[in-house]
Amino acid sequence: MTATAIPSPSPTDPGGGAGAPRPHTRRNVELGLLLFVAAILVVYAAVVEGNAIGEVTPDFWVQIAILAVIFAVAHLAIRFLAPYADPVILPTVALINGIGVAFLRRLDLARTKAPLRADLSVFGGDGFRQLGWTAAAIIGAIILMLIVRDHRSLSRYAYTLGLAGIVLVLIPAVLPARFSSINGAKLWIKFPGFSIQPGEFAKICLLVFFAYYLVRKREVLSMASKRFLGIDFPRGRDLGPVVLVWLLSLMVLIFEKDLGTSLMYFGMFVVTLYIATVRVSWLIIGLGFFLGGAFLAYFLGKTVGGPFLNFSERATTWLDPFADADNKGYQLVQSLLGLGTGGLTGAGPGAGQPTKVPEVRTDFIFSGLGEEIGLFGLTALLVTYLLLVERGLRAAINVRDSFGKLFAGGLAFTLGLQVFVIVGGISQLIPLTGQTTPFLSAGGSSLVANWLLIGLLLRISDASRRPAGGAPSIGLGGVSTGGGGGAPVQIQELPTEVVR
Amino acid sequence: MNAPLRRVGVVALVLFAMLFVNLNYRQVVKADDYRTHPRNGRVQASEYERARGKIINAQGIAIADSQETGDTLKFLRTYPLKDKYAHVVGFKPVNLGATALEKLNNDFLVGTSDKQAADRIAGLFTGKDPAGGNVLLTLSQATQEAAYTQLGNNKLKVKSGAVVALNPETGAVLAEVSLPSYDPNLLSTHDINAAGANYKKLDSDPAKPMLNRAVQEIYPPGSTFKIITAAAAMSVDSSLTPDATVQGGEFYQPPQTSSFRIKNAHEGICPEQLTLKQALTVSCNTVFARMGVERIGAERLKAMAQAFGFETEPRFIEDQDKNYCNVAASHTGPMTAGANNVVDPPAVAQSSIGQREVKMSPLQGAMIAATVANGGREMQPYIVDRLQNADLSNADRTDPKELRRPISGDVAANLQQMMFSVVTSRDGTGRSAAVPGLQVGGKTGTAEDGDDAGDHGWFIGFAMKDGKPVVSVAVFLENAGKGGSAEAARIAGLVMKAYADEKGIK
Repeated sequence: MTATAIPSPSPTDPGGGAGAPRPHTRRNVELGLLLFVAAILVVYAAVVEGNAIGEVTPDFWVQIAILAVIFAVAHLAIRFLAPYADPVILPTVALINGIGVAFLRRLDLARTKAPLRADLSVFGGDGFRQLGWTAAAIIGAIILMLIVRDHRSLSRYAYTLGLAGIVLVLIPAVLPARFSSINGAKLWIKFPGFSIQPGEFAKICLLVFFAYYLVRKREVLSMASKRFLGIDFPRGRDLGPVVLVWLLSLMVLIFEKDLGTSLMYFGMFVVTLYIATVRVSWLIIGLGFFLGGAFLAYFLGKTVGGPFLNFSERATTWLDPFADADNKGYQLVQSLLGLGTGGLTGAGPGAGQPTKVPEVRTDFIFSGLGEEIGLFGLTALLVTYLLLVERGLRAAINVRDSFGKLFAGGLAFTLGLQVFVIVGGISQLIPLTGQTTPFLSAGGSSLVANWLLIGLLLRISDASRRPAGGAPSIGLGGVSTGGGGGAPVQIQELPTEVVR
Repeated sequence: MNAPLRRVGVVALVLFAMLFVNLNYRQVVKADDYRTHPRNGRVQASEYERARGKIINAQGIAIADSQETGDTLKFLRTYPLKDKYAHVVGFKPVNLGATALEKLNNDFLVGTSDKQAADRIAGLFTGKDPAGGNVLLTLSQATQEAAYTQLGNNKLKVKSGAVVALNPETGAVLAEVSLPSYDPNLLSTHDINAAGANYKKLDSDPAKPMLNRAVQEIYPPGSTFKIITAAAAMSVDSSLTPDATVQGGEFYQPPQTSSFRIKNAHEGICPEQLTLKQALTVSCNTVFARMGVERIGAERLKAMAQAFGFETEPRFIEDQDKNYCNVAASHTGPMTAGANNVVDPPAVAQSSIGQREVKMSPLQGAMIAATVANGGREMQPYIVDRLQNADLSNADRTDPKELRRPISGDVAANLQQMMFSVVTSRDGTGRSAAVPGLQVGGKTGTAEDGDDAGDHGWFIGFAMKDGKPVVSVAVFLENAGKGGSAEAARIAGLVMKAYADEKGIK
């Protein structure tokens, strides 16, 4: 390695230029942050017990300790599997996940009669189940990182994964309602005893496909034909794939009765399309298509009814939840009242009455939390999510291959979009949809899928920060000045090349 | 591809900023609305940490009290007098919104009102827990008791009705009863499920026990409205005195009509010529219908009704901003016909005798009688006399407030004279309201209310002593049928007597 090669592989690593031949992995920063997270969670759990039970029981720390062990395992695994990964990603997820477990434990307490709360086992209830799912999810993410040593290898299975994604999306739509419908949204596959939400996994599969497809087609798709209002619009025949995904998401909207999932898939596609082509027109077209589709569905629901009815009812509820506060608007009304009751500072962990909000374990966990930790606490949570999203995008920016950029960018944005869709839904910013809040909501599917997503993000982040010498693909040193010979395909961005 | 990725980062930032702004709106701007929203079933456990203040009537008897429980919710709200004061005071349940005075004075009863800020600051230094304040009402024990008992034991076995008694000089509410009533203890119980079930049961009861018929509902006032018609006629034409002769007769047919006729309650009570006083005494429909159409006209009739408070909610002074007591405005209706809103003489004729679309609340009825007794000065009603700190010092006191002067002192004196006659004349319709030792005046009313059910019985009146008003009262018997107004007059007399006795006025 020559000295000139050093700046280019680790552009964001402030410790990289300190004279050490090996750039910092910053794993100790991660460990420190994890300890900080564990401290927050222990205090949170103690306050919950103090408020909900009236005393802090001797085993208040048990669940948090188990969580800490799980995260420690994740940390160790990252030391071996992705030593250069961004040290902030794991602790942010750990914080959100930990608050989720602690809050579910808090709901377990709320459902127990006051005198019996002190004796409520820490090895049971939703809190402990979520703890189990966390362990399973992290093991899953570690296995995924073990298998996928280089994220680019995923692109080899793009078509397979894309097909799998579509199948996963469509299974609940095709299944009869009694096997797939929970609270009006057909998003599930119900087995005796448990259910899974295949859409959560489909997200990742579809993203692999989108990223691969768009890297291949981006030249065509960014070809401009018409200029209108200073924006280049693509040729009509290039609209094909967008229309296809739009139709797919509309089908989701109509047959799975879920605007949120539909918005997720479509948003995911449009954003990756935009990243690939740098054409703002795609964003405008995409937004137009989506709003048009949603409005059409609303209009059809009002006039025709049938499969569109659910959506128009949701939109009506969104516009004025208090109009039917006892039936259709009940969930949203109770959610808003919970948020309002929390106010600026909240009632305090364990001191509110989150069980007044229906589905507070899953869809409405954010409003349940809002009552207890207030606007301050929710803002802290939102900032944590935002940090995670921005860190994911940073990994995308720093990684050197197009596929990785698109994939990581898509993953990060999808995560943010999901938070937006559900938190916006429960706070009446947008119509309510049945999304889970990533890492917070009770539920194995969501937790496992989102941890797999984090596993991949860590993998890409590792690649993006890995010094050239440690990278699996040797010979990247000279690439920054032009097309590199030994580099994998699409390693360099040449957006000017495609404009003809 | 880095530039678009950075822009996507900005998009994510914008999305989260939208969430943040919206959460600010929900948790800060709308926080109080949501926290106190009636659908918000959250137990305000902090409100049960210390004794909620008492609600006490004018004789010092607690209507709403707090009992220590030794449970998580440390105090239980109790209503020792059960259903006697239910509608006036309201109730404070654990998991539903409080109502009426319990809701209006919630902060003060809990001890978090602005008026108690000094106490709370002092508490920081003395270490004494700030306690809830007491709410002292104007309601008179004897009057409320008499109203509740006499209305409940009416001879016609009518199940629903209302009584409102006022001090005509101040507007202080002395009694406010609505029947059927309910026991608020059923709703304040800490057994949330039982409270919910009880609420559902009361709410779905076709007899509507939770409806406050005294202030919340309006009914056709029938002949009691003739006081307003008479007031309007005398205000229009000062030569019209109680002894002036007016045209009566068995029938009245308004001009431009062929088939429509107003007739009297009984044949033979109303000669062709009689005095205005006599017309009110025997409640002559034809006289007042003719006066309404030919002397007053729709506009001036409506204007006089409005001057007495129709079309405006007669809110209690302390409840002026919120109207948590749900007082309803009385209405005269448009008295027009057809699409062009042309004045319709039959409508005016019927409205002049309190029918057609005229609707009045018992509270408004009591206010009309009070205004006449008070020489034309209408006082704004109020129920909360004082707010008292936990250390029994006064935090606030309600000052009586004159609302309007719908009629001159002369017209008021004339009306008094005519209304005395209703009670004292041998052929007066309100004879049963008489109270020995007091000058009682009033007006009966029998009102058809559309359906086949019996007519409503009304009496609105007042008692005076040595030319000074003592008490005014409105009694309403819903669908009482035959004899309803006479029974209402009898109850009114007993209620007024109870107040006079309590005050030692003989």
